[in-house]
Amino acid sequence: MHPKTRDKLIYTLVGWLAAGVIFFPIFWMVLTSFKTEVEAIATPPKLFFTPTLENYVTVRERADYVHFALNSIIISVGATFLATLIAVPAAYAMAFFPGKRTKDLLLWMLSTKMMPAVGVLIPIYLLFRDTGAIDTRWGLIVVYTLMNLPIVVWMLYTFFKEVPKDILEAGRMDGAKPKQEVWMLLMPLSLPGIASTALLSIILCWNEAFWSLNLTTSQAAPLTTFIASFSAPEGLFWAKLSAASTIAIAPILVFGWMSQRQLVRGLTFGAVK
Amino acid sequence: MAGTTTTATLPSASASAGKRSQRNVRTLPLIAPSVIVLFLWMIVPLAMTLWFSFQYYNLLDPSVGGFAGFENYTFLLTDPSLWTAMANTLFLVFWVLVITVGFGTLLAVLFDQEFYGRSIARLLAIAPFFVMPTVSALVWKNMLMHPVNGLFAFFARSLGLPAIDFFGSFPLTSVIIIVAWQWLPFALLILLTAIQSLDSEQKEAARMDGAGPFAMFFFIILPHLGRAISVVIMIETIFLLSVFAEIYVTTSGGPGLASTNLAFLIYLRALREYDVGGASAAGVIAVILANIVAIFLVRSIAKNIAD
Repeated sequence: MHPKTRDKLIYTLVGWLAAGVIFFPIFWMVLTSFKTEVEAIATPPKLFFTPTLENYVTVRERADYVHFALNSIIISVGATFLATLIAVPAAYAMAFFPGKRTKDLLLWMLSTKMMPAVGVLIPIYLLFRDTGAIDTRWGLIVVYTLMNLPIVVWMLYTFFKEVPKDILEAGRMDGAKPKQEVWMLLMPLSLPGIASTALLSIILCWNEAFWSLNLTTSQAAPLTTFIASFSAPEGLFWAKLSAASTIAIAPILVFGWMSQRQLVRGLTFGAVK
Repeated sequence: MAGTTTTATLPSASASAGKRSQRNVRTLPLIAPSVIVLFLWMIVPLAMTLWFSFQYYNLLDPSVGGFAGFENYTFLLTDPSLWTAMANTLFLVFWVLVITVGFGTLLAVLFDQEFYGRSIARLLAIAPFFVMPTVSALVWKNMLMHPVNGLFAFFARSLGLPAIDFFGSFPLTSVIIIVAWQWLPFALLILLTAIQSLDSEQKEAARMDGAGPFAMFFFIILPHLGRAISVVIMIETIFLLSVFAEIYVTTSGGPGLASTNLAFLIYLRALREYDVGGASAAGVIAVILANIVAIFLVRSIAKNIAD
């Protein structure tokens, strides 16, 4: 028993040390967000200081921060909603009425996700410019919907496959019409799956930083673009940057922690179980 | 529910019901929207990129135009900046893979052990994956790697060493460190999931046969992880081939082209120099590069769907 306890203590020590090192940059950022600008760049760095909420107040007072956060929310939720709306029927059909081509179709959808965005940057940029979609929320919503659609279809497909067919059949026996079958049996049964799919889609939209940097400037810019504006050398406001960043990542970090399991499923396309 | 009699008739009845509904549901209208929008999203822009790559096309100079044949390609392929960007791209992908898969495997084994507060430690360890790229890049650039006020500079000075100017002296390496930090949790998460699917009886049997921790790792765990590792490598490669935001906010590809990868080169050509033709040719090359990896990945996924 004794060596086992000793092992456990060693694992505890090493495990927490590793976790601490990996998490440190985030911890440091959160810590910096409670410092004054002078303390933030002080050397030697201050570990103990009187925390201030001044940065959060400043960030919140700047109306544009709310504007960028709102863009992030509207774009992520909008794209997720649209993608789910398009994906549910497809996933339903493929999961319950598979044909000869279903597998190929699914693989083709996934393969579109593997195309590098930069390969289509120019046509998309030009199309956006010509249709006036540059720096609009709906433009980014369309791009994000299409970007995440394969993953959403795939995840919903795997969740639908797990729904016991017997229950649906029993419903059919009791005279449920297809519409009722979907809305009153399938949807409630796979609600947790749909929810975690939506969560993953929101995470991916929220953190996306290729299209947002290239297709938005101010009007429709989400938080990724806004934070990037701090990269200018004269913008050395570390405490404010930290506060803005902390608010920007906090909700998504919580979402991510909530959905770690489903994340593996969605991001590996089921190649790892 | 009507008890035993219903149960007795259920199999045949449900079979016919299943058949009937299968005949009634037309799947085409259900699948078509997804297929059509994805087709438009993938094929149309890709075809346009291909088309532009054979055109003289500059956004600033409307007088230039017309069919260019392979000129964009020959110009690109003889341009040293393409080869610099290619080398940087592959260098970045390779080292991020080595770091994330190497440490990811070790960490996955570590987090597979029972210890106090393991689930919380695991949450902390996977956190970087959920931080938006622009935030992580700026936190590293400013607060950690800054040559004057950064934390690393402070550590170096307290040890009596000169502070390292990360982005000045080692721009690509610095980008690699940031990107590896972001992707390490991804490798950890997936490899941990894979380890946990390992049959505990198999582990127990090996232990009974006297396998030490090293034998256990090399002969039981690592072979079991083989598939998962290959999947991690393929997925990461696809995403790492087009790292963009991290370079955009830290080095802007510089100094010179020192930290410009293929994705950033295309961006520079297209949206800074407005050379649509040349950028499109580079885009085609990027697509080909990603597709080489994608073929293997799709094959691996296909195997699993069949299971």
